[in-house]
Amino acid sequence: MITKRIIPCLDVRDGRVVKGVNFEGLRDVSSPVTLAEYYSRCGADELVFYDITASAEGRKLFTDILTETAKRVFIPLTVGGGINTLEDFDRVLKCGADKVSVNSGAIRNPDLVRAAAERYGNQCVVLSADVKRVDGVFRVFAKGGRENTGMEAIGWIRRCVEAGAGEIVVNSIDTDGVKGGFDLEMLDAVCRAVDVPVIASGGAGRIEDFITLFKTLPRVDAGLAASIFHFGTVKIDDLKTQMKAAGIPARI
Amino acid sequence: MLAIVDYGVGNLFSLRSSFAAIGSEAVATSDPEVIRRANGVILPGVGAFRDAAAKLRETGLWTVVRNEASAGKPLLGICLGMQMLFEKSYEYGEYEGLGLIPGAVRPIADVIPKDYKIPHIGWNALHLVKPSPIFSGIKEGDHVYFVHSYYAADCDEAVIATTDYGAPLTAAVRRDNVMGCQFHPEKSGNVGLSILRAFVNFAEGGAAI
Repeated sequence: MITKRIIPCLDVRDGRVVKGVNFEGLRDVSSPVTLAEYYSRCGADELVFYDITASAEGRKLFTDILTETAKRVFIPLTVGGGINTLEDFDRVLKCGADKVSVNSGAIRNPDLVRAAAERYGNQCVVLSADVKRVDGVFRVFAKGGRENTGMEAIGWIRRCVEAGAGEIVVNSIDTDGVKGGFDLEMLDAVCRAVDVPVIASGGAGRIEDFITLFKTLPRVDAGLAASIFHFGTVKIDDLKTQMKAAGIPARI
Repeated sequence: MLAIVDYGVGNLFSLRSSFAAIGSEAVATSDPEVIRRANGVILPGVGAFRDAAAKLRETGLWTVVRNEASAGKPLLGICLGMQMLFEKSYEYGEYEGLGLIPGAVRPIADVIPKDYKIPHIGWNALHLVKPSPIFSGIKEGDHVYFVHSYYAADCDEAVIATTDYGAPLTAAVRRDNVMGCQFHPEKSGNVGLSILRAFVNFAEGGAAI
């Protein structure tokens, strides 16, 4: 039976992990390589590296970090942030990324998903969508959730899957940071609309939120979170043990 | 020394790093001489069967790989590289494979329940059907990482492991010195590294076949 994936997301700026992290027994917690190795040892099924650098120097540091991580961590690596062209895909894939996640880049250039899927295969192209309710309608937001594109989200996601997106990360702006649980209503709407893997993001605050997610929505394939893992609020090995105890297939 | 066949398909970074991590010398190469000198050969591959097979022929490495394997050299096909070991594939048509293992590659849609997602992507458990040298460091139920929409069929005799995705799918195969994994050992954590290490031992130890 295929297992439900648990995916920590690391925001990286100028080669360091952003958001203060605090782990016992880890000396350099702002090193993405150290943190990636730690998560891999704890049972993370996949890692997302999100490049929030704006400068060319930062970009170079990011790809160096990615290369170093891919040399030492042997689970799938997804890279996002600043992916606007096929050259960007090429740049991170050469450094050891397995999948590339596009967000604003796909909104600016709707053909990017199709072109990337044709060149690298659907399995390589992840669509990340920041979604928020506006007057009762799910809308796609751009620029890190700051700008309403006006596009209806479910239709947008469906079009991207038709163009070749092989997985969808649904990040609910409504629940993000609230730590009150995943946005089940939004995730259910996406799961009903597409038949590719759906990764839930935004809102996890404790282990029970993941259990509720996978129990309520069996078609969700993975749960993604950042700070609760970084701060140790949720330990991945504990999470997986409890998932398994609750009858949810998990890799331990 | 192992040779990773570099025929312009897919990214060999992770594979090379995995062998480095287990302390084995593995060279990515398109040089027939290096492949002939190697103790074992790794045939990787991602993407569409037709394109990969065409590239393997264009580079002239099709014959080299087939001859080396036929002469008894340990060969490990990975993912699409495993699928190419078979006689044919029905991915978007009908294409000839290396024919080193009897069987054909067919869509998983033929056998899995309708409501299962395609591709089969993620971590799934191995059911070890037969003992094999590449399984010496792993156990029943260990998880490995899959990404595929096609599977090896009509090859019961060669199947050494399956995985359950609503139906048993071929996960690993072996016919004498020729082996293959549908999953990605280079992305399967310690379990994957154990499998690669076991293949290295098999290839370099010259273990009896």
